[in-house]
Amino acid sequence: MPYICSAKNNHSMSADITLRKGLKIPLKGEAKKEFVSYTTSNNFTIYPDDFHGVVPKMFVKEGEVIALGQPIFFSKANPEIQFVSPVSGKLSKIVRGAKRRILAIEIVADGKDKTTKHKIPALDKLSPDEVKSFLLASGCWPFFKQRPYDVVANPQNTPKGIFISGFNTAPLAADVAFVLEAQQEDFQNGINALAKLAPKVHLSVAADDASFLSNVQGVEVHRIKGIHPAGNVGVQIHHIDPVNAGETAWVINPEDVARIGRFFATGIFDPSRTVAVVGPVVKKPSYVKARIGEAVAPLLETVGISANGQIRIINGDVLSGMTTHAEGNLGFYNNALSVLAEGNHYRMFGWLPFVGSKIFSMSRTSLSWLLPKRNYALDTNMNGEERALVVTGEMEQVLPMDVFPMQLLKECMAQNIEKMEGLGIYEVAPEDFALVDYASTSKIEAQAIIREALDLMIKEVG
Amino acid sequence: MKLRERIDALKKPFGKGQKLERFAPAVNAFDTFLFVPNHTTHKGAHIRDGVDLKRTMVTVIIALLPAFLYGVYNTGYQYFIQSGVAFTFWDALLHGALKIMPMVVVSYGVGLAIEFAFAIYRGHEVNEGYLVTGLLVPMIMPIDIPLWMVGLSVAFAVLIAKEAFGGTGMNILNPALTARAFAFFAYPTYMSGNKVWVSEASNVDGISGETILGSLAAGNDVSYSSFDMFMGAIPGSIAETSTLWVLVGAAILILTGVGSWRIMLGGVLGAAATAFLFNLWGANALMSFDWTNHLIVGGFAFGVVFMATDPVSAAQTTKGKWIYGLLVGVFCILIRVFNPAYPEGVMLAILLMNVFAPTIDHYVVEGNIKRRNKRLNASLTPAS
Repeated sequence: MPYICSAKNNHSMSADITLRKGLKIPLKGEAKKEFVSYTTSNNFTIYPDDFHGVVPKMFVKEGEVIALGQPIFFSKANPEIQFVSPVSGKLSKIVRGAKRRILAIEIVADGKDKTTKHKIPALDKLSPDEVKSFLLASGCWPFFKQRPYDVVANPQNTPKGIFISGFNTAPLAADVAFVLEAQQEDFQNGINALAKLAPKVHLSVAADDASFLSNVQGVEVHRIKGIHPAGNVGVQIHHIDPVNAGETAWVINPEDVARIGRFFATGIFDPSRTVAVVGPVVKKPSYVKARIGEAVAPLLETVGISANGQIRIINGDVLSGMTTHAEGNLGFYNNALSVLAEGNHYRMFGWLPFVGSKIFSMSRTSLSWLLPKRNYALDTNMNGEERALVVTGEMEQVLPMDVFPMQLLKECMAQNIEKMEGLGIYEVAPEDFALVDYASTSKIEAQAIIREALDLMIKEVG
Repeated sequence: MKLRERIDALKKPFGKGQKLERFAPAVNAFDTFLFVPNHTTHKGAHIRDGVDLKRTMVTVIIALLPAFLYGVYNTGYQYFIQSGVAFTFWDALLHGALKIMPMVVVSYGVGLAIEFAFAIYRGHEVNEGYLVTGLLVPMIMPIDIPLWMVGLSVAFAVLIAKEAFGGTGMNILNPALTARAFAFFAYPTYMSGNKVWVSEASNVDGISGETILGSLAAGNDVSYSSFDMFMGAIPGSIAETSTLWVLVGAAILILTGVGSWRIMLGGVLGAAATAFLFNLWGANALMSFDWTNHLIVGGFAFGVVFMATDPVSAAQTTKGKWIYGLLVGVFCILIRVFNPAYPEGVMLAILLMNVFAPTIDHYVVEGNIKRRNKRLNASLTPAS
C-alpha cells in the first residue's frame, strides 16, 4: 500500500489531505518567538549558486555604485530574469572560480539606501503581462520557482497553478504565521498579484492552522495534516494537482508573496528577510529582522554560539540548506540560519545497537524511540559510512508521495530517462528527498542524485 | 584518545597516495569496527540518522542468538538422549559448542577472506552483510557436515551467488541459502537421510535421527508431539528446530524494524492456508499432517523469519513483500507435500521466490508507472 493518503479534493473552498508518512527529527535549538535586534554589517553578498542553473551575466562592474533594487546581473539563458541589489552601495568584488564562473558578488553598503522606485498603476488595472513585466523588472521574479526541475520559473510558461506552502515542517524551521504576523495585508496584496499569473493559486496550511492564512481570499486553501515533509510544497502539489509531463507549476514562499504585495503597493523591492537563527549550539535561538545577502557574523554574535569546536553554519534548514561559513552571508531564499557542531570525532563501538541513545534514530535499533519527548543536539557526523543499498522500506517511510523512491533513485543513477519520467521525476525536488538522505542506512546521497537527474532532464527534455 | 592516535599512526601507510593504499579497505574494516569514523556530511542533509549497516546487521545477529544458543544446546541434547548417557545442561551445551564453533570459525574465516579480497580488488569498503551470512550458514547445516564442506559451500555462495552478481546489495539469491543448496545438491548423502541430523549418528550405532518431515516423507510415524516441535527438542538443521526461539528473534527483528513483518506474516498466512487446504484433501501422511504443525516443524519458521526477510534478495516494494511472503509460504508447503525427495521445502521455496522477487517488484513498479501515464492521458484529453 504505497499510497497512504486520503485526499478529499472536490474543488471546494477547502480540501483536506492527511499524510501519514514522514519523520519529525527532534532537534534542539528551536527559535523563541521573539525578535532580537543587532547591528547590521555593511558587507553584503549575493551567491549565484542560490539560483540553480542560472549562468549570471553582469550588468555592473566592480567598483560601480549601485542602488537598492538596481539590477546587477541577469540570467544568460533568459535575460528577462534580473537579479537586483538588496542594498545601496558599491559593488566591491566579483569573486570568480574555475572557468571564470561567478561564485559571489560582494557589495559594501553605504547606509544611504538609495532606492530604485517603479511607478505602478493600481494592481486591478494591470494585465497579466504587465504584472509579469513589473515582477521581472523589480527583481521579484526569482522568488518564483518551478516544478518540474526546482529552478527559477521560466516567465514564458503559463503554469497550471501557483502553489504556496503556508507552513514549514523542516527541523527548526521558521514559523510562517509568526513571520507574517505584521504582513497580512501585504500577503493578501501579493496573492491578488499572483492570481493574475495563473488560473489557480493554492495555499496549503497546517490542519490545525488558526492564523489569518486560513482566511486569505482568492486562493484555494488546503488543510494538510502531517509531519515533515508535509510542509514541502512539492509534496503538497503531488496530492493537490500533480505535475504531469509537459506541465508546469510555480511555487513561492509565503514571505515572498508578502514581498510582492509590498512591491505592488510601494513600487520598491523590499530586501528584508525575517530569519530564524536556530540549532543545538545556538545559545538564544530567536528571530531577527535581517536583509537578503547580509553577513551572518553579527546575527550569530547576537544569539551566541556555545560550541567549543568547529561549527557548521547553514543557510536554510539542516536537511536541505547550503553550507556557509562565519564570514558568509544570508542566502536569497532562506528564512532560517541553522548552526550545528561539526561531528568530526570518533565514537568507539558507536555502531552497537541499543547504546548511544543520544543520537536520534528513526529505526528502533537505538533506544531513542523510547524517549519521544527528548530533543537532540545532533551534529554533522555521518554516523557510519556509505554502503551498498541493502535495507528496503526506509525510504518509503519518509516520502509521503505515490513515488517509489528507491526505484526512482536507481533509474536516476542509471540515467534512464523514460523510466525516470514514468516514476515521477517531474514531481520531485531534491528537498523532498532530504529525509531519504537522513534516514538511509547506507548513507546514500539522495538529494544530490535527484538534483543531477533533474539537470539531466533539463538538458535532454527541457 | 591514545588508542585512536595509535590506530591513526598504524593506518598511515594505507593513506591516500601511500604505498599500501589499495589495502585500505581491509584496514578500514577493522578500524570502523572499533570506531565510528569521524566523517562528516559534505552534501545533502547535514545531519544523519544514528543507524548504519553495521548496526543493522548486528541487530540481526542479536536476533539470531537465541535460536543459535538453543541450537548449540539441542545438538548436545539430541546426542545424549539418543545415546542414552546421563547428562547435564552444561554437558549438552559443551558438546554442541565443540561441534558448532569450528563451523562458525570456518564460515566466517572463508567468507570474510573472500569479502576482504573483493573489497580490495574492487576498491570499496567491506560491506557488513557477511556478518549475518557467516552466522546463518552453520545454523542451517546438519550437525555432522564436515568442515571442509562448510568452507566450500561458503566459498561457492560468496563467489557465485554474491560477488559474481556485483557484491552486497546486488545478489539475486540469499547467500546463506545458496551455501546450503550447494551442499544439498553436491553432497546429498551429508545433507539428507537419517544419519546426519543428530551429532555422531553415523558413528554411534544407537543414534539414528531422522527429521520429522523426513519420517513423514518415508511413510513412517512421527513420535514427537507438537509441543516438542514448538520447543525445538527434535532433530533437524542446527538452529532451525525451535519455533519458540525463532519467534523471539522475529520479535526482535519486528520491534527494531530491521526485518519485514509483511514478509513474515505473508509467509505464515501462505503456508497456513496451503497446509489447511491439503488437510482437507488428506490423500497421504504429508497432506494430512496438521497445518499448525507444518508451521512449527522443519525450517519453515527459521526460513521465513531470517532468510526470506533478507532485504536484498526479497521483494523490495511494500506490496511486493506481501506477495513474495505469501508465495514463499505456499511453495514451501507445496514442495513438502508433492516432492518427498525434498522433505524440507522452505529452502527451495525461498530460493525460488528470490528468483521471482525482481519480477514481482517489476509489476508493482509498472503499476505506478501506469497510474502516472493514465493521469497524464487524462490531463491531455479535456473532460467532456
